[in-house]
Amino acid sequence: MILSVLSSPALVSGLMVVRAKNPVHSILFPILVFCDTSGLLILLGLDFSAMISAVVHIGAIAISFLFIVMMFNIQIAEIHEEVLRYLPVSGIVGLIFWWEMFFILDNETIPLLPTHRNMTSLRYTVYAGKVRSWTNLETLGNLLYTYYSVWFLVSSLILLVAIIGAIVLTTHRTTKMKRQDVCRRNALDSRRNIMNKTISPFGHS
Amino acid sequence: MIITILGIRGILLNRRNILIMSMPIESMLLAINLSFLVFSVSLDDMMGQSFASLVPTVAAAESAIGLAIFVITFRVRGTIDVESINCIQG
Repeated sequence: MILSVLSSPALVSGLMVVRAKNPVHSILFPILVFCDTSGLLILLGLDFSAMISAVVHIGAIAISFLFIVMMFNIQIAEIHEEVLRYLPVSGIVGLIFWWEMFFILDNETIPLLPTHRNMTSLRYTVYAGKVRSWTNLETLGNLLYTYYSVWFLVSSLILLVAIIGAIVLTTHRTTKMKRQDVCRRNALDSRRNIMNKTISPFGHS
Repeated sequence: MIITILGIRGILLNRRNILIMSMPIESMLLAINLSFLVFSVSLDDMMGQSFASLVPTVAAAESAIGLAIFVITFRVRGTIDVESINCIQG
């Protein structure tokens, strides 16, 4: 309960991503969201998923965003007059999503509001977990490597496509690399070019 | 959950840069991942966790390619205003 209250900066940071004036601030707020999500996952008892999402989201995605912001001279924000132009449509969409959430979050399965039934719920112990308790890593590995191993290999293919795509997209053909056009190089006639230059040293053939 | 909705709002309201627009997409992916894991814990189902260990893979891949496209756009065009995206037409 205490740490769940401490993880409410995740909501505030999600709000502040939009409103930050400095582009570096608007990267630090998603990093805070990622940290808080990882903390929430540790609270749930999913230690492996917490560390994995911390490493992937903070260590890869946020760092690449930071690199991009540092490399390009992104101008500090314009005046916030643009916000009001987009506010009607986006406000309506936001309200629709918010309204739909109250259909999904049924209070019996997912307790949000503290009713009387939620406060006095039974605490049951799962005795199968005390005989041999599996770690989170073991349960994931039991499924991912045996039954759903195709998903695992497909995700590695997705990463391969991402690597190739990122490299292909950003090779810069016009940098000063000394390349040779092979056909042109073969079509030069050495006799004509060299003999012309040696016969007439004074620039007159 | 709520972070997802905040991310959608972040995309809709934030038309300044393409870069700042793509950051709530990442946070949305993380939030949906979190809701996958929470539901899999509370419903005692292992499918949520095995899917939720593959979602960050896709998230990292698409953020890498999205940032590469952003780099090229900045190199070609020189600015990162979103209003100048309709120069692609024609």
